[in-house]
Amino acid sequence: MSLTSYKHKDVIHRCFRCGYCKFPTDWSSVTNCPAYARYRLESYSTGGRLWLIRAWLNDEIKWSENLAKILYACTSCKNCAEKCPHNFNVDIVDMIVAARTEMVNQGKLPKPVKNFLSNIHLYGNPYGISAKKRSAWVNGYPVQDYTNQEYLFYVGCEGSYDSRAQEAAIAVAKLLESAGISFGILGKDEISDGNDVEMMGEDGLFEELADKNIRQFKELGVKNIITLSPHAYNTFKNRYPEFDGEFNVQHYTQVIKNLIRQGKINPPQLEGKRITFHDPCFLGRWNGEYETPRKILQAFKGAQVIEMQRSRSGALCCGGGSGNFFTDFLGGSPESPSRQRVREAHESGAEILAVACPSCLVMLEEAVTAEKLDQEIQVKDLSELFF
Amino acid sequence: MNAVYNALIDIVGEDYTSNREEELFTYSKDLGTSPPQRPEYVAAPKNTAQLQEIVRLANREKVAIVPLGGGMTLAGLALPLKGGIIIDLKRMEQIIEVNEKGRYMVVEAGISQGKITSYLKKNHPGLMHSEPGAPPAATVGGNLAIHGQGDLAHPNGFNTDMVNGLEVVLPTGEIILLGSCAVDSGWYTMHPLPNMDLFMGWNGTTGIITKVSLRLFPNKKIREMDLFTVEDENLVPEILYEISHLGLTGDLIATSSELPPMMNRLHSITTMVTGDTAEEIEFKRHMLFDVTLSKYIREGTGGISGVSQDRPRPMVSKSSDWKKGGGFEYVGAIVPVEFYPECYRRGAEISERHDIPYTVLGRVIGSSHGMMFSWSYAFNRADDDTVRHAREALHETDEMVMEMKGTIWKPAVFGQQLMMEQMDKTTREMMKKIKTMLDPNGIMNPGNWEVR
Repeated sequence: MSLTSYKHKDVIHRCFRCGYCKFPTDWSSVTNCPAYARYRLESYSTGGRLWLIRAWLNDEIKWSENLAKILYACTSCKNCAEKCPHNFNVDIVDMIVAARTEMVNQGKLPKPVKNFLSNIHLYGNPYGISAKKRSAWVNGYPVQDYTNQEYLFYVGCEGSYDSRAQEAAIAVAKLLESAGISFGILGKDEISDGNDVEMMGEDGLFEELADKNIRQFKELGVKNIITLSPHAYNTFKNRYPEFDGEFNVQHYTQVIKNLIRQGKINPPQLEGKRITFHDPCFLGRWNGEYETPRKILQAFKGAQVIEMQRSRSGALCCGGGSGNFFTDFLGGSPESPSRQRVREAHESGAEILAVACPSCLVMLEEAVTAEKLDQEIQVKDLSELFF
Repeated sequence: MNAVYNALIDIVGEDYTSNREEELFTYSKDLGTSPPQRPEYVAAPKNTAQLQEIVRLANREKVAIVPLGGGMTLAGLALPLKGGIIIDLKRMEQIIEVNEKGRYMVVEAGISQGKITSYLKKNHPGLMHSEPGAPPAATVGGNLAIHGQGDLAHPNGFNTDMVNGLEVVLPTGEIILLGSCAVDSGWYTMHPLPNMDLFMGWNGTTGIITKVSLRLFPNKKIREMDLFTVEDENLVPEILYEISHLGLTGDLIATSSELPPMMNRLHSITTMVTGDTAEEIEFKRHMLFDVTLSKYIREGTGGISGVSQDRPRPMVSKSSDWKKGGGFEYVGAIVPVEFYPECYRRGAEISERHDIPYTVLGRVIGSSHGMMFSWSYAFNRADDDTVRHAREALHETDEMVMEMKGTIWKPAVFGQQLMMEQMDKTTREMMKKIKTMLDPNGIMNPGNWEVR
């Protein structure tokens, strides 16, 4: 593909590279683009990335592993879209995704990306683990398979396979159970939601996943879906309708907030606990959901809810989006966004860093260990605070 | 792999060094019309010690070095005209000290203007620094290297007039301190030591500024922008003079632009009114409009076009999209305020010749001691013809400035040469001697301010 067939060819040159996209809402740092925060070279800023894409499409530069790494290091966190002053800001992430699609179409991908996509194609998850083990997370807890209950609890790949995220999945399941919610899971029949597959530019695989999921949901009579992950929430809510997949989709925090309001769940006292909340990008910037998690936190009597310097639409991404929780292009450094984020949480005075995304949970907990802050601050999914 | 690249990795680490195509491409371009200039290496030091090591390496290897801040000059001043190492200074961004009562702060020079504003707002709300009209990613060091101005230019002068001390890495790698910090007495004044400032306004050709003590100024609780509009450009200088004489308002700017059409050929004078109470604001507004500017209102030659307007963060990059093309560049000139009408008229003519909607702006510096007047030319980055037109318009404007007896601000190399051709010979020779003395190997941002 050349620039002439690139779908953003009429727009991509309009990036001035002014750098607004590096900042959070309060302008406190140039490090709110997670890839730029990690590498601090202009090529990793959003503007640098857009200029490189245009140069690649114009044949000014050739494809290289480094170019691919620069493109795939973007987590699609949408901070750039939030801060760019231009009216084309809504298309910025898609300009990057479309260039990744071109790399997919040319078969020119970095190895971790290939592995991610191949594993999803072969196993339905990025970890390359058998689908039979998909419901191992329940670990003896009596969670029913979905058979026409009111809700499908879609656990997702991290919740199913990552040992830390599994704990969050169990906590959510227990909460739903305790509130008397009728729900079931897909177990070994669950496959990737495809959100990160699409962000990585693999349109064909994404469409295949969407088709399979929608077909399965319909065959089972699913009407209402509760997701563990904001990534799944985003794609089910915003993308699946375009494939004739209209479902009532809620992130689990939205369900819990309502259950608290109805008195079906009673948050325990957390007297004196200082808690800060890390906004997941696919709940916050992608879907504008900032208040629900905070309302849940405020329901814990005695808890002191603290905001980090960068929060809500100005939050720093954990660095896990667009498959980076697996491909790890942003890892391996004290300047990795997850480590910067936990330092910020620690500086806020919080002793609990609450999250509402299994990807953030894993990324940030590992970062706490890397920062040797295990004794100072704990990373917990919001659902885990109830137990 | 080669010796320089390996040495850079040893100094700043592999993550912050590159000789890869993608980084060389990225750093070969700035945001304006300048043709690309390719570096051989990019390095991003974290601190002065690492920077010193890079400078020493460059001297040993006789490799050019080009310090880069936010890269916002638009005039190609941080492009590697003779190859070498681009030194991206933005990792050097620590806030070292804020002295509230002494009204200064010490920062590393790679810090962004946005970070300073945000930090002061949160931690010292009664203080502010002079933030330039550039995007917030512009750095303090870069701004001083080009004699930038900011929103405190009226009545306080250039940002380089608001410095209490400097740390600079010399072209040969030593560190020099300027001001009271040089005698270990803190960072509170540049005076009364002999003036040895050979670094501000030199585009990084005589040294790399690494630490800065910035003067801070009272930040009042209420800030509003008030606007007064006239049709006759000849009235602008006297109005600016009178507002400046009033001495009750801050940032003072006159603008005119072809777009939007309703503003075409009008001249909008904006000034900042600040106060700690509503009464203070009301008094200043009264003095501004009911006393100082009342005669224009009575005559019908001017009118109030906005009161109590919010002052948004400068959105200068929006200028880049007027042609939906992602590019603009401007010539800035330091001129007497009385030049405003001629600057406007001749600038509009140049714009018309090149089919570019005119946009001009004059910011008063000091108490009407001068004005930074800018002529902006938008272009479409995807259309070479518009880039060429903009570049020609810029060159014509440079020539016009010199004809008018103005002084080009942060000139691109073309403008630098025009200035040096017209420069007093002894002064020009002194520039050369200073550069040769400080930079014997000619490694510092070569091609800039180069006396031929």
